[in-house]
Amino acid sequence: MLKKFSFPLLLLAAAVLTGGTAWGAEEVVTDSGTTSWMLTSTALVLLMVPGLAMFYGGLVRTKNVIGTMMHSFAAMVIIGVLWPTLGYALSFGPGILGGLVGWDSKYFLLQGIDDTIMSTHIPEYVFAMFQGKFAIITPALIAGAFAERVNFKGYAIFIALWSIIVYSPICHWVWASDGFLFNLGPKGAIDFAGGTVVHISSGVTALVAALYLGARRGYPKNVMHPNNLVMTLMGAGLLWVGWFGFNAGSSIASNLDTARALTVTQIAAAAGAFTWMVIEMFQHGKATSLGVASGILAGLVAITPAAGVVQPVGALALGALAAIFCYLAIMLKNRLGYDDSLDAFGVHGVGGIVGALALTFFIRPSWMADAAALAGGSWTVWQQLGVQATAVGITIAYASVISLILLFLVEKTVGLRISEDEEMSGLDHSMHGEQGYGLINLN
Amino acid sequence: MKLITAIIQPDRLDHVREALIQADITRITVSRVTGHGRQEDIEIYRGQRIAPNLIPKVRLDIAVNDEFVNITVDTIIEKAKHGTGEVGDGKIFITPLEECIRIRTREKGGKAI
Repeated sequence: MLKKFSFPLLLLAAAVLTGGTAWGAEEVVTDSGTTSWMLTSTALVLLMVPGLAMFYGGLVRTKNVIGTMMHSFAAMVIIGVLWPTLGYALSFGPGILGGLVGWDSKYFLLQGIDDTIMSTHIPEYVFAMFQGKFAIITPALIAGAFAERVNFKGYAIFIALWSIIVYSPICHWVWASDGFLFNLGPKGAIDFAGGTVVHISSGVTALVAALYLGARRGYPKNVMHPNNLVMTLMGAGLLWVGWFGFNAGSSIASNLDTARALTVTQIAAAAGAFTWMVIEMFQHGKATSLGVASGILAGLVAITPAAGVVQPVGALALGALAAIFCYLAIMLKNRLGYDDSLDAFGVHGVGGIVGALALTFFIRPSWMADAAALAGGSWTVWQQLGVQATAVGITIAYASVISLILLFLVEKTVGLRISEDEEMSGLDHSMHGEQGYGLINLN
Repeated sequence: MKLITAIIQPDRLDHVREALIQADITRITVSRVTGHGRQEDIEIYRGQRIAPNLIPKVRLDIAVNDEFVNITVDTIIEKAKHGTGEVGDGKIFITPLEECIRIRTREKGGKAI
């Protein structure tokens, strides 16, 4: 769990060296093992962003490859500025406006945490930066739904607004120590590393955006082939590697919980890819590389909320279930004919919902026993399922309604959907004046 | 029979392709090429004439029967232009085509096109 207790500035002397001095019981010092793992995790989660850029970039047509990769990099740039300025304060400050968001002016521009060592024995800077990477990748995930047809300026403004108005509040509810979903039920709504905060919020927004903006020109009549599956596979590989930071880092520790999270992450990713591959073998007689990549992602998404509470058997089940449900969701999308271009909802939305709900049936017994003790006697799987469903339902409702309003505002002011002429020329030419594969030809 | 070779700007490819399909010209070959023409004038660097950078272009090869030459050419010209026309919009070459053979059936001439 991402518990967060901030400590006052008074502890500025709380450095590693002070082992022998008796400063009183409240003094917290950094633990070099935990800190170094959290620094590593922070870097690993950032690596997922170029990984996502490659994953999405390979799936679009040649004329849109730069524009699509720029969606991920723009998130790195824009949220990279926004998060230390406002995002961290809005997400992890003490609740204001009845707990809608957090705010603490000492977190504005991270001014007040220069000397803070958290109770988890890491400098608060590390925690703030680690959380910042989640804030970066979440809006970048949405871009898959409206790939190949959005205005760069409109996209940039949309993700900035979305990060402040949608991401930060949900993050506050689920992960801040005074968030209402964090405190729902005896041990809170279970969202270890971002099933609701990251995947459901972005997946649902993706669906709303795909429906609001409409299909690409020519979809679904014209088949739009991926321009570079090699790049997509490399992206999927980077995402898998980065996900160890995403999940195992979310323990904010370097101990048994970390090892558990890492193990189930590995198992669920493999189980998801394996299941997808088997389904395709039965359905088409061939296992596709895109199927394997999608299965990896489905498994990883589903284990994200669950990595702190399930055991390996649960990880196998969640990976397999996610692959089955995501596969069905994509088939249903093709039947319904809406254009979630790169299946941002089909994988992240559906996988996130499956993970956040189905994890209830695989929680390790000791967790349930703790919950029962805290609840004063008994706590059943079905009661926890109710808590999970509440968190999922609130996330879906909030993200979809607010995102629709934001999409409407951006579309009517700066414009989000590009013109037909620009769409035909491709994002690379019309938005960036560049092309992705110039170097393949002599120049 | 004629072979029409058009060199156009990459960002106009889909406009041209779509218009050709509307005009029932559906059998085309597309390749990426690089080259230089008027668009980038030869530079002089310290008194030496320097070869300009190669600029990416798209090449269309379309074999047509004689009665389709005009509609093909007109369609390409209309759609490959940027606005009212810019330097670099491209060029069309038309060459006589001696023979055309469909591999599958060994058909020859106009009906194989």
